[in-house]
Amino acid sequence: MSAPLLEVDGLTVTFPTARGPVDVVKGISFTLGRERLGIVGESGSGKSMTGRSILRLIRKPGKVTARRMTFDGMDLLGRSERQMRDLRGARISMVMQDPKFSLNPVMTVGEQIAEALVTHKKLPRRELKERVLAMLEAVRINDPARVAGLYPHEVSGGMGQRIMIAMMLIPEPDLLIADEPTSALDVSVQAQVLDIIDDLVTGKGMGLILISHDLNLVSRYCDRILVMNSGEIVEQCKASDLHNAQHPYTRGLIAAMPRMNEDRDELPVLDRSTWTTGAGT
Amino acid sequence: MTDAAIHLENLTISYGDTAVVHDVTFDVAEGESFALVGESGSGKSTILKAISGLAPDWTGSIAVEGKPRGHSPDRTFAETCQMVFQDPYGSLHPRKTIDTCLAEPLAIHGIGGRDGRVKDMLAAVGLDQRFRFRFPHQLSGGQRQRVAIARALMLEPRVLLLDEPTSALDVSVQAEILNLLKKLRREQGLTYLMVTHNLPVVSFLCDRLAVMRYGRVVEIAGVDALKSGQLSDPYSRELYAASGGILHPA
Repeated sequence: MSAPLLEVDGLTVTFPTARGPVDVVKGISFTLGRERLGIVGESGSGKSMTGRSILRLIRKPGKVTARRMTFDGMDLLGRSERQMRDLRGARISMVMQDPKFSLNPVMTVGEQIAEALVTHKKLPRRELKERVLAMLEAVRINDPARVAGLYPHEVSGGMGQRIMIAMMLIPEPDLLIADEPTSALDVSVQAQVLDIIDDLVTGKGMGLILISHDLNLVSRYCDRILVMNSGEIVEQCKASDLHNAQHPYTRGLIAAMPRMNEDRDELPVLDRSTWTTGAGT
Repeated sequence: MTDAAIHLENLTISYGDTAVVHDVTFDVAEGESFALVGESGSGKSTILKAISGLAPDWTGSIAVEGKPRGHSPDRTFAETCQMVFQDPYGSLHPRKTIDTCLAEPLAIHGIGGRDGRVKDMLAAVGLDQRFRFRFPHQLSGGQRQRVAIARALMLEPRVLLLDEPTSALDVSVQAEILNLLKKLRREQGLTYLMVTHNLPVVSFLCDRLAVMRYGRVVEIAGVDALKSGQLSDPYSRELYAASGGILHPA
């Protein structure tokens, strides 16, 4: 890791509510090189908001502020909406949770993947088609020519998620943000999809931010882990050191998970009073 | 007829012309906790639906607590067997208070003393009395799932059908609900038939499991085989490995 790909310093995301503004992300800082970073936390911990704010995808009335947020030397906060659009997809892309809601239902799979590429680069039609088919093959879809002609409702969930990944990776971005990429999928398919992401990311030397609530999964696929709770980073550690986590919240999360070889009679439950500063909303 | 709590024999379930579950036969003993695992579309939830009467197009035989189940809605059946659904955000009526929701099964079955029963049940599932007159949207996911379990238990059934009761919840909340289910089973001697794709949850809560694929049961094993990684069917082993388990030779 030489110069970091992404630098985030003091990122705050605020939403106004009837009881005054609420910070859902409270001044967090981290850097990312060409490595795999996992962000874990429960619902409402601000992990998805962190991912979205990097792409400036927080809609009004939400507000993103930071002391500094740079990607490859560029200031993300100072860029116009148009300049952001050039970045999104081409340099930083994002895989969303549910392929059912994220694919365009009235476009074929092939057209959608091609669109992701054409938006940023003009290509002759033949080459475009070849690139799309090659990408579908890279995400291990059998018979890519047939699948390219299908509509999203004609493919299964696992296939849909692989199509999303194909679409996000075809412009060859430098950073991929995967927000719960597999929580809508079956366990057996989950592993396949993550292996594909992992292969492509390590093969091309990209940076990856994997956002998930599943500690096991993140520790298997990432190099480094950030644990978030109510908008703050409570712990940073190497994935391999996760079992030595210090913070009571992280330890609580690990303990609360049933194990394959379960012999405890009762699962320990998080005692939220020990570390939360204020109760969540 | 055996004294099994749930008895399924040659059960084939169809939606229209398509059979989605083929020739399933198994027994769940009284007081046992039995899991159905498999990927989406393997027919595991459909079996629960057939037992509870939501998928009436089936052949073969279903018996619960020794009583054969017919194809039509059955009021007395509801007293012995109830179901808890996956998504606590979708399974509670949004415009009924928790109190109405819990008292409704009692009203339908003409059972008195509703006030006391609702209070007792809220206490049993670990919800404070102040939640009684709130609406579902004022509760968190874990609290709603507690309400859904309470609703299922209002008629004091002997058998509970659980359709992925914790998959929509965070791990810490999942732990609370799993503990609750374990406690309720111990205290009331309930029989559970649970659908899940999370093998560690099976390891925590169940005694036996059936692995399903393409509408058929490919393996029935004790939970010890799961804990020690000694499932025998190749597909079960694949599922086990995908869940992060370390395989041992069968």
